[in-house]
Amino acid sequence: MRQITILSGKGGTGKTTLTASFAALAKRLVVADCDVDAPDLHMLLKPTVMRKQEFRGSKVAVMDRSKCIKCGICEERCRFNAINELEIDPILCEGCGVCAYVCPAEAITLNEKVCGYAYVSTIRYGFMSHARLNPGEENSGKLVTLVRHNARQIAQKEKVELILNDGPPGIGCPVIASVTGVDLGVVVVEPTLSGIHDMERALKMLNHFQINPLVCINKYDLNMENTKKIEEFCMDNGIEVAGRISFDPIVTEAMVMGKTVLEYSPNSAVSREIREGWSRILNALGSVDHV
Amino acid sequence: MIISVASGKGGTGKTTVAVALALSADEDVQLIDCDVEEPNVHILLRPKIDEERPVYSLVPAILEDRCNLCGKCVDLCQYNALFLSPEKVLFYPELCHSCGLCAIACPEEAITEEKRQIGVVRRGSAQKVDVVYGELNVGEPMAAPLIREVKKEVDREKTVIVDAPPGASCPVVESVYGSDFALLVTEPTPFGLHDLKIAVEVLRTLKIPLGVVVNRAGIGDGKVYEYCGEEGIPIMLEIPFSKEIAELYSRGVPFVTRMEGWREKFRNLLEKIRRCSPA
Repeated sequence: MRQITILSGKGGTGKTTLTASFAALAKRLVVADCDVDAPDLHMLLKPTVMRKQEFRGSKVAVMDRSKCIKCGICEERCRFNAINELEIDPILCEGCGVCAYVCPAEAITLNEKVCGYAYVSTIRYGFMSHARLNPGEENSGKLVTLVRHNARQIAQKEKVELILNDGPPGIGCPVIASVTGVDLGVVVVEPTLSGIHDMERALKMLNHFQINPLVCINKYDLNMENTKKIEEFCMDNGIEVAGRISFDPIVTEAMVMGKTVLEYSPNSAVSREIREGWSRILNALGSVDHV
Repeated sequence: MIISVASGKGGTGKTTVAVALALSADEDVQLIDCDVEEPNVHILLRPKIDEERPVYSLVPAILEDRCNLCGKCVDLCQYNALFLSPEKVLFYPELCHSCGLCAIACPEEAITEEKRQIGVVRRGSAQKVDVVYGELNVGEPMAAPLIREVKKEVDREKTVIVDAPPGASCPVVESVYGSDFALLVTEPTPFGLHDLKIAVEVLRTLKIPLGVVVNRAGIGDGKVYEYCGEEGIPIMLEIPFSKEIAELYSRGVPFVTRMEGWREKFRNLLEKIRRCSPA
């Protein structure tokens, strides 16, 4: 089983649009939407849910007022400023349990809470593992780990050879959880100064976790000078540029219709560029040592 | 007052809007970039940096000669950052939330805490805007502790603009917490709308008054407007889709400095925010 993660550092560079199109080209695969904060891939892949499970990722401290002796030790010891005037703020509480441990009156307990849901579904190209974190919750990295676990499980059961992960923006915990152990990390970059800055950090992160990188330049014709800079940077660092995809309003039109670009406009230049990109990604995957 | 600029979806134009607000205000402004994973404000404003300080988190250091392998710390740690092997307690720093419980609870006093650097906070200025931003070390998973440090720089005497990270989980909550108003930047597309709804839920839970900025108006469809109408969410400003704005952004140039009339529009936006916000 091979695994690829699409990431970007900067948000909104086209990860989900490309993931959906790649899925259409791969024909039979498992797609995992690892952007559990703000998942969008289901709008294009329209999954039919087979299994839904609760995600209990963290705990929250709850105080029994009748037992509280108002000593204030909990407030003093909480490092997240989650207790103010003996009132626990469930939003700031990280569920560490310090307050419950230090409370001399045993007035505080840690309760498990449902932080979101994970789903395993069928799609027209195979299967999809996805989730939804409740807004404002913590531990999205843990939920990503569950989504990837579910993806591997269904892939094994259904004998699917490829898992394609759509990663979240950033380079922090949910992104790290999206890339650990994959064969390839494809960084989607737009030719803007911010895009380049964020790509460099995303590539450093991949390097830190020893994951083979590839770069795909989206909306490359927005600024040719920056596109050249990206290509030079990749050349200097021995990273292959797998694709160059032009800026075209049909990408948004396809999204409005709830379709992948390949279905919406199969003969367009963008679709051709996406096909070329995907075949280079598969080539690169073929040359990566199977672990 | 503190105004947060947020969005569920990434790449909708948060930084563009935050920078435009800061450059348009008449009064003294502080712009705080809380997207510590991928900070971008400094790319548009190129501030002169006056101060850089390292940020640390506290992690346990286990004194092996005192540890009797009772495993209490391992049982109590809610984040599975400690693991009991036959010879010693193993520590996984990337899972640690720095709560300090293991050190408090160790009956042998075999755990002390030591500092581990997770990133830096930089302070500087560009024109008359005070700029603060954090940069998380690459490979470091936990953004929230660094965001907390960045927010310690908030200067209540000024108009404070917070540029939040994308998403809807803990780093976003940490960034917008305590704001008087939140501007949610969206694009009028299905992805934009879907993620806007998630962001609205987060801000309503936090009881922060909010309004929407529609960026790239003209692309996509009309559903964002329908949704805002039904929910009674004010649309504070529309920025049309324009290749000129996109091109300026690609070169790191804030569009309000080049395109006429936009500073005025952002000044009006600040005025509207003041009227909408209780503070």
